[in-house]
Amino acid sequence: MRFLAIVRFTLEEAARRRVLLAMLLCGGAFLVLYAVGFHFLVRDLAGEKGAMATLTRQFVVNMFTIAGLFAVNFLMVMSAVLLPVDTLSGEITTGVLQTVAARPVARAEIVLGKWLGHLLVVWGYLLALASGVLAIAWFTAHRAPPHVPAAFACLALEAAVLVSLSIAGGARLSTVTNGVLAFGLFGFAFLGGWVEQIGSFVNNDATRNIGTVTSLIMPTDAMWHLAAHLLQPPFLAQMRMSPFSMGPVPSAAMVVWAVLWIVAALASAVRGFRRRPL
Amino acid sequence: MTNAAIETRSLRKRYGEKLAVEDLSLTVRRGEVFGFLGPNGAGKTTSLKMLLGLVEPTGGAGTLLGAPLGDRATRAKVGFLPEHFRFPEWTSARELLRFHGRLLELPDTIARERAERLLGTVDLLDAAHRPLRGYSKGMLQRTGLALALLGEPELVFLDEPTSGLDPLGRRLVRDLIRAERDKGTTVFLNSHLLGEVEATCDRVAFVKGGRVVRERALAAEGEGVEFEAVLRASGLDADARAGLERFGRVLHDEGDEVRLSLASESALPEIARWVVERGASLRHLSADHVSLEDEFLEVMGADHRPG
Repeated sequence: MRFLAIVRFTLEEAARRRVLLAMLLCGGAFLVLYAVGFHFLVRDLAGEKGAMATLTRQFVVNMFTIAGLFAVNFLMVMSAVLLPVDTLSGEITTGVLQTVAARPVARAEIVLGKWLGHLLVVWGYLLALASGVLAIAWFTAHRAPPHVPAAFACLALEAAVLVSLSIAGGARLSTVTNGVLAFGLFGFAFLGGWVEQIGSFVNNDATRNIGTVTSLIMPTDAMWHLAAHLLQPPFLAQMRMSPFSMGPVPSAAMVVWAVLWIVAALASAVRGFRRRPL
Repeated sequence: MTNAAIETRSLRKRYGEKLAVEDLSLTVRRGEVFGFLGPNGAGKTTSLKMLLGLVEPTGGAGTLLGAPLGDRATRAKVGFLPEHFRFPEWTSARELLRFHGRLLELPDTIARERAERLLGTVDLLDAAHRPLRGYSKGMLQRTGLALALLGEPELVFLDEPTSGLDPLGRRLVRDLIRAERDKGTTVFLNSHLLGEVEATCDRVAFVKGGRVVRERALAAEGEGVEFEAVLRASGLDADARAGLERFGRVLHDEGDEVRLSLASESALPEIARWVVERGASLRHLSADHVSLEDEFLEVMGADHRPG
């Protein structure tokens, strides 16, 4: 199947590109640093006794675990944007795609094959780093956050949104413009998420609505907040005192919206690439 | 099955204000080696991309191997070497051929056998495992040729196949084109190297300003070869000059000198007789084979500047 041939070639390409190696090195360095920090944090907390100290320890360990996943989320965002950013635009400019598109392969198969190939790489990267954070938390503090599979699914959906955006941009824009747009939209959603959290904290509906609108335009931050909410024990999540749970929790409808967003981005990518002269 | 490998009618491509191809109407017969000639910016590469479905025409229509342009299934029977053959640098020639074998949905064993055979044909077996980033320009061009022939195409488009090749590489390309013709493959050759075209093509078309302005055969054994006769005589009257048209197209007529385009040298004695019988004094009559380069310059006109 030609689609699978494109997926396979994309995976082989990603495996040999230096950008993935650089990302793996960054991820590895982060995990080492994180493990050292976690070790000293837990050692200091272990000295305190009593019921309050146990609660505090549980809170701090959970927050530090989520903070680790927050950093992983940023590394994943970088990889989801940078890995596919020039896959269509760069290959169109250099002419690499001419010999491929001259084969009996549909342009949609090229777009979707490259999308899936890159998404699998980013998912693998996310899984490796996030599992590393959880493993460090488990071996250092003997604690694991709740709802890990559901939270991972939210992060995977966030990755899919970003890869789809990068691919859709590559079908129509130059590499640099595409990269600027993808990071710009991510930053827009990130700031919108904070505005929503602050608006919720001070009970200001107008400010809160700004965050909701930015999440509809770019649902990445909503997916992170849903994942962070799921990873907190119920009593901590309900208190809404942590930096990861001040705002309203994104609903299931937002998850459906993110899926629809991905479908729309891919449809746009296929449409843009189908009409593009090569 | 239609006898035409390529048939286009008024194919046109416009990019915004720029008209890249104005009116491409041509027929390429199955099994022939067809040369597509024109200066830089004449619309050759855009025409070729329209035929391959890489660029959507703005107007007109055409068929490739009997199917409408852009037909996906037909592309399995078509090979293509782009003018600026680019490649994913991280991969090797062997891996690239295997990838294209999968795109052609060739069974693994057949893809592997063909890849090895073609790598041998283009003399790349030794380097086939190395990443393409370390290849010379000639090696890349030969990789592209192997890629173009991987599907054992019925029609192969070669856009400047000898660019970047040394004389040995050029000879290899010439031999490959001849071998393909012997197998019955139609070859569509776009080249600036007119000597190469003359040596390999059966027929050529000259493209100027995005339209075909002349087509002619370049047959072997002298058939269809064009000659230019130069005649110098004093006392040639208007009737005698007009009568020369019967022997061929008058290219130049000024003073005592007339130049004619002839299909054959055998017309020379008759021309001499005609001139003498009209009372003129014949001082010089000769005929030289018109090279493709001469014809190219004539077709493009003296006003055409280098591209």
